[in-house]
Amino acid sequence: MKILVPCKRVPNPDLKLKVANGAVDLAGTTWQCNPFDEYAVEAALRLTEKGKGGERVGEVVVVSIGPKDTSAQLRQLLAMGASRATLIAGDDSALDADLVARILQAVVNAEKPDLVLMGKQAVDGDDNQVGQILAARLGWPQATFLASILLGADGKSATVTREVDAGVEERRVRLPAVMTVDLRIVGKKAVRNEALAPATAEWEDTQRLASLKGIMAAKKKELREITAESLGITGGILLKTVRHEAPPTRKAGVKVASVEELVAKLHNEAKVI
Amino acid sequence: MPGTATLVLLETTTSNLRSASLPAISAARKLAQANGGSVVGLVIGAGVAAAAADAARYVDKVLCCDNPALATALAETWAPVLVAAVKKIDAAALVTSATSTGKDVLPRAAGLLGAGMASEIVGVTGAKTFRRPTYAGNALTDVEVLTSVVVATVRQTEFPPAAPAAAAGTVESLQPGPIDPLGSELVALHVSKSARPDLTEAKVVVSGGRGMKDAEGFKVIEQLTDLLGGALGASRAACDAGMVPNDLQVGQTGKVVAPELYFAIAISGAIQHLAGMKSSKVIVAINKDPEAPIFQVADYGLCATWESTVPPLIAQIKALKAAG
Repeated sequence: MKILVPCKRVPNPDLKLKVANGAVDLAGTTWQCNPFDEYAVEAALRLTEKGKGGERVGEVVVVSIGPKDTSAQLRQLLAMGASRATLIAGDDSALDADLVARILQAVVNAEKPDLVLMGKQAVDGDDNQVGQILAARLGWPQATFLASILLGADGKSATVTREVDAGVEERRVRLPAVMTVDLRIVGKKAVRNEALAPATAEWEDTQRLASLKGIMAAKKKELREITAESLGITGGILLKTVRHEAPPTRKAGVKVASVEELVAKLHNEAKVI
Repeated sequence: MPGTATLVLLETTTSNLRSASLPAISAARKLAQANGGSVVGLVIGAGVAAAAADAARYVDKVLCCDNPALATALAETWAPVLVAAVKKIDAAALVTSATSTGKDVLPRAAGLLGAGMASEIVGVTGAKTFRRPTYAGNALTDVEVLTSVVVATVRQTEFPPAAPAAAAGTVESLQPGPIDPLGSELVALHVSKSARPDLTEAKVVVSGGRGMKDAEGFKVIEQLTDLLGGALGASRAACDAGMVPNDLQVGQTGKVVAPELYFAIAISGAIQHLAGMKSSKVIVAINKDPEAPIFQVADYGLCATWESTVPPLIAQIKALKAAG
């Protein structure tokens, strides 16, 4: 089983975002792997191991498009256990979901993975498009917003659950496929490869941290840096970002001292009860 | 020369248009104005003739693709139908509401069309320009689609539900091309059963956070929810802790709501939660931590534990209702 996991570098979502003069100012931020992509890496690691802490069978290849120092995030993913990494030089300002999907399509054609597993969206652009566009361009099936993956023993299909508005949807999907994951995917028993791990297999209820041994091992793993041009990518973006603006702030409200006062305000002032 | 029509994918039951699609029709009308064209609805499914007739009340024309093999909304089979419909009417734009179906199917259609797409738009500023939230709602971003066909999903809370048009539109059948699910199939849909209104459509939403401690705590705010005829919500922390199912999650990674009245109880107000509720009309926060960020967006803040305030709140609202 070879799994390709595209990962995006995003600014720390817990830091206050600076928006000024029509632009987002990221000069003072710290960078990290998009949380949903990190969950996808965790899921991919589980799908290629014989239970928690078990031997890895197959390959988890991580790929990112970003500036040179994105190698730091890729090294971390290698330290978690990913097999090797590819960094394609690029800058967010010159990318959109379609171009990212086209670059990934070229990577898929070269790597020929059994599965592309990625986050449902990046927490900066919040597009929620790349997985679906990639599947369309490849002519592959897609399974989005996944909460669980049970990979069949034959390695040819998977049973997945998706978080949809009405509840939880269960689907069968043929491989190769593009799958995008939601946050439940890192639950203890959310992901399993029937060929490798028994039904009793359990993992931590979150993504794994890199061990010291993992960090040492990651230094020797392959991290290849290439360009989109070398993959034969031409043409530009289809969606242009014109400008950013800070959202209107809500007027600070009032503090009430008691339940009585709250009920009176909601009834007489806001007139909502 | 590209066409002028705006195509809107409409979600239905077998007999009715779903209300989740009404905001997308409003957005489609704005686009149709900018393009000087008509609004054409697209209904896909099996046995959906009655639903197509219902949908026709809202738009100029409905294309109905009725086929037993299209009963399930699989992106693999529905996206090619969207492409066929865009080509048939020479559409300038393709939109739908940002439901779980819309978010799954539309980007695949955009990929097949080679069209630029704007996700979860909150404003239509021109025929090809939109406003949309990014960074979990911490920025509003103006984007421009550079292709002849424009694709967009519509954030339901930011457009009013469309009213029926003066005259109902016509219904025309659309023949699908070859239907190939590429091996994907629906096994089961486990529907969350609730007598309460849908979270995204409720006029009142009562949400609990990590501070509710356990499922028992949620039972108390459920009483408040039902008293107000509202929907129950939760923060990601409460969902992650297993107090309530994840489909109740309000926030960047859950549902986006904008009710008349939103109660945030024992919710600190992380950025990702605020992204899902800060468009609510009136926000009430009950939290024991005076520094909780939720107070910065709340119209009415009560700094106290939920245990000491929610039961008397229920009693007083009951008394008010009895008196009124």
